[in-house]
Amino acid sequence: MIVALITIALFTLASAALAMSLRNLIHSALLLVASWAGVAMFYLWAGAEFLAFAQGLIYIGAISMVVLFAVLLTRRSVAELAPAPDGKWRSVTAIYTGCAVAAVFFGAILFTPLNFSAGPARSFTVRELGQQLMGPQAAAVLVVGVILTVALLGGVVLAAVGRRTEKEDAS
Amino acid sequence: MSPLQLSLLFSSALFCIGLVGALARSNTILVLLGIELMLNATNINFIAFWRYGPNHTAGTGVIFVLFSIAVAAAEAAVGLALVIAVYRHQQSIRLQEANRLKG
Repeated sequence: MIVALITIALFTLASAALAMSLRNLIHSALLLVASWAGVAMFYLWAGAEFLAFAQGLIYIGAISMVVLFAVLLTRRSVAELAPAPDGKWRSVTAIYTGCAVAAVFFGAILFTPLNFSAGPARSFTVRELGQQLMGPQAAAVLVVGVILTVALLGGVVLAAVGRRTEKEDAS
Repeated sequence: MSPLQLSLLFSSALFCIGLVGALARSNTILVLLGIELMLNATNINFIAFWRYGPNHTAGTGVIFVLFSIAVAAAEAAVGLALVIAVYRHQQSIRLQEANRLKG
């Protein structure tokens, strides 16, 4: 049980760290897909199967495609896939900040008495989840639907404005 | 060390990797992906507390993560649309060069 968790964590963290340190954008995006798959494996490990499938559909399936399209739409040549390295000072301060935040988190986790009993494996079926979502949480589901619709329409409008103005400029 | 603590350590390490990526990189797409990693780390926290928390019957953790994933998907869509809009104006996705409000 613990060994599986440690394996999943190491896989996810290694691919995330590699993705954030590589200079080639496409390699970074593909490694991030691996790290999202690691998070999905964590959900499976913790007994939230539906979430693992949702993570697979949304992150590994949809967001990775959107990111790859954005990478391909915003480059002019193959050389731009590996742009010039960022400033050294910027990276050093970012790593210092990250280490400081990590130290605060790790200290808080390790020195807090978390005496929850592990309990039996949780069984939360899709049927129960559906009943919760359509019953007590129905209003929240509606609000999330509205947010998603508005955000996606806004994304389309934002990405399409440039082309319209180009046409107006040309005419 | 209990599985809950291990899960929390895992999620905070993932959060910090995302934070370093979002702060260190000057490529806008990678900054967005760092923020996505941080959101994933918070979801891991929700699931860890749902699995090992004191209330053994409610499924609140799963439902919270579902809504969180939905909001993260909306954020990614709007963010990448913004990246494309900025690229149209500036012909670059480096953050340092996007320093004008009116392109």
